[in-house]
Amino acid sequence: MSDHLLEVRGLRTWFETPKGTVKAVDGVDLTLERGEILGLVGESGSGKSITGFSLLGLVDPPGRVVEGDIRFLGEDLRSASPRRLRDLRGNRIAMIFQDPMMTLNPVLRIGTQMIETVRAHAKVSKAEARAMARDALGQVGIPHPDERIDAYPHEFSGGMRQRVAIAIALLHKPDLIIADEPTTALDVTIQSQILSEVQTLTREMGMGLIWISHDLGVVGQLANKVAVMYAGRIVERGTVDEVLDAPRHPYTRGLIDSLPMENDRGQPLRQIPGNAPPPLGRPEGCPFRPRCARATEACLTEPAETEVQGRGWRCFHPLDERAMV
Amino acid sequence: MTVFILRRVLQAILVLFITSLVVFLGVYAIGDPLEILLPADASMAERAQVAASLHLDDPLPLQYLNFITSALQGDFGRSFVYNRPALDVIFERLPATLELVTTSLILSLILGIPLGLIAGVKPGSVTDESIMTGSILGFSLPNFWQGMMLIMIFAVWLGWLPSTGRGETGYILGIRTSYATWDGFIHLLLPATNLALAQIALVIRLTRTGVQETMPLDFVKYARARGISERRILFVHVLKTILIPIVTVLGIEFGSLIAFAVVTETIFAWPGVGKLIIDSINMLDRPIVVAYILVIVAMFIVINLVVDVLYSLLDPRIRSRAS
Repeated sequence: MSDHLLEVRGLRTWFETPKGTVKAVDGVDLTLERGEILGLVGESGSGKSITGFSLLGLVDPPGRVVEGDIRFLGEDLRSASPRRLRDLRGNRIAMIFQDPMMTLNPVLRIGTQMIETVRAHAKVSKAEARAMARDALGQVGIPHPDERIDAYPHEFSGGMRQRVAIAIALLHKPDLIIADEPTTALDVTIQSQILSEVQTLTREMGMGLIWISHDLGVVGQLANKVAVMYAGRIVERGTVDEVLDAPRHPYTRGLIDSLPMENDRGQPLRQIPGNAPPPLGRPEGCPFRPRCARATEACLTEPAETEVQGRGWRCFHPLDERAMV
Repeated sequence: MTVFILRRVLQAILVLFITSLVVFLGVYAIGDPLEILLPADASMAERAQVAASLHLDDPLPLQYLNFITSALQGDFGRSFVYNRPALDVIFERLPATLELVTTSLILSLILGIPLGLIAGVKPGSVTDESIMTGSILGFSLPNFWQGMMLIMIFAVWLGWLPSTGRGETGYILGIRTSYATWDGFIHLLLPATNLALAQIALVIRLTRTGVQETMPLDFVKYARARGISERRILFVHVLKTILIPIVTVLGIEFGSLIAFAVVTETIFAWPGVGKLIIDSINMLDRPIVVAYILVIVAMFIVINLVVDVLYSLLDPRIRSRAS
């Protein structure tokens, strides 16, 4: 296997519950190179966050990665020791969470949490770690980093807190950042500021970035590649232009159609009929079948992925490539 | 912050006033101290003379008025039994009790928190089950029985530790304490353990619950995602979060420990206020009882204030709201 930055094959993360097995992630393949931004898109419950956690071995029991191959720069992460994983986390692979109000410890100063992150991976003195932390805060555009480093998380606004989280992720100049809905809790102006900063940083530092989001609009603005998740599987993948301009899977089409800017003013917003299937009791065959206008008898068996030149979809009745309305 | 403390002080004065009234009336209602202070064959003249000297012949409202005016000047009356100022008698005994209570609080923290952390990190494991079973015993076995068992095991069978009295004391920083001498220290061990057992059980449960509630929180997962060691997550991130409820409960418990010390002090013949108050109630020594309860109430008020201040030290969010 050649050394991609990240290569995931057949990842399955299941949760054993008293009511049955929840197959949160059920056969996911991903590939990412340096400098690339991959948008992982899906509704709530599609398994996109669990995919992110699985990569770092951070799935909480009863969840478990039951199958699959995760390779980071050629190294097998699934068989890596807890010690090795801890060395990688926050160091070579960093993660940014959705709501930094919940993820930064409210009773510890920002500085304390940054310094501990520095010192978890580098043998430096407290003063050096503090200087690094202060520089990182400055880098993400936090004014007066010398004073702000001693503040507590609740003393920051939502946008500033997310900048802190990004600063923490950048501390060790990681090779890969997994960002789980990092701008969802922010208002639109702050969101686009942060998006453009992240884009620049990724390019400058040659990192790979997995941007997990439910917002196809944001992903279209930011990413190079898109993977659309539905019910634990990737149903369509390709470059941003390919997927957004010419979706092949009816679900992707539905997502694009329901974006407000794709709709005519004054008309009711188009939506995908029905709901995402419950995690227990997913339908047989193609999980999107009950909501799909194109479904036929054939869809009662599960579609395999059709791959054409790095672009893939799981559908028996893909939309025509030029069928844009 | 100043307004906050000022308001607290005013509340405290009101509480002290009401308590003094209730206790004064209560002790008055229990019985006539003359029955106990005087021999059964005392003449009417002797009775009248003693009653006059103790001002027990005044009408009740006047007695209370006299008491409250001198109390405001720091005089809580003389003990009927010891014929010395009531406060002196109490403050002479209080250090022994405080020493006992503080020692058992410290014991409950240094044993309870680690055990609770161990139990909470691996819920359902054999270690967890054993610790939790032990804590049920600590809770549910009666305190006096635990005390007698401690004496039986460590004083009678093993002969390691003395079972009664305070032992030799010395002075550290001007405070008379058992910690100054080895003899005093080993005398302190059994009663402090006895008093601490239920507290240890309580702290274990509080800590364990806290750990279990905190571990699934996002900031723990985020700390892991940053590569922070499990050790640091537990001892810094989780512990600092759960100290808030532990401090609250222990603050309240500090007061009830002083009250519970009555049982322990009786079993181990520890010369503290607990034993004093039991004796004084038996003798209807009103000045001691009233002064003791006022001292305890004042102590509760101070403890609560300290707990509130500790809160703001532990939780920065409270600090900024107050300022």
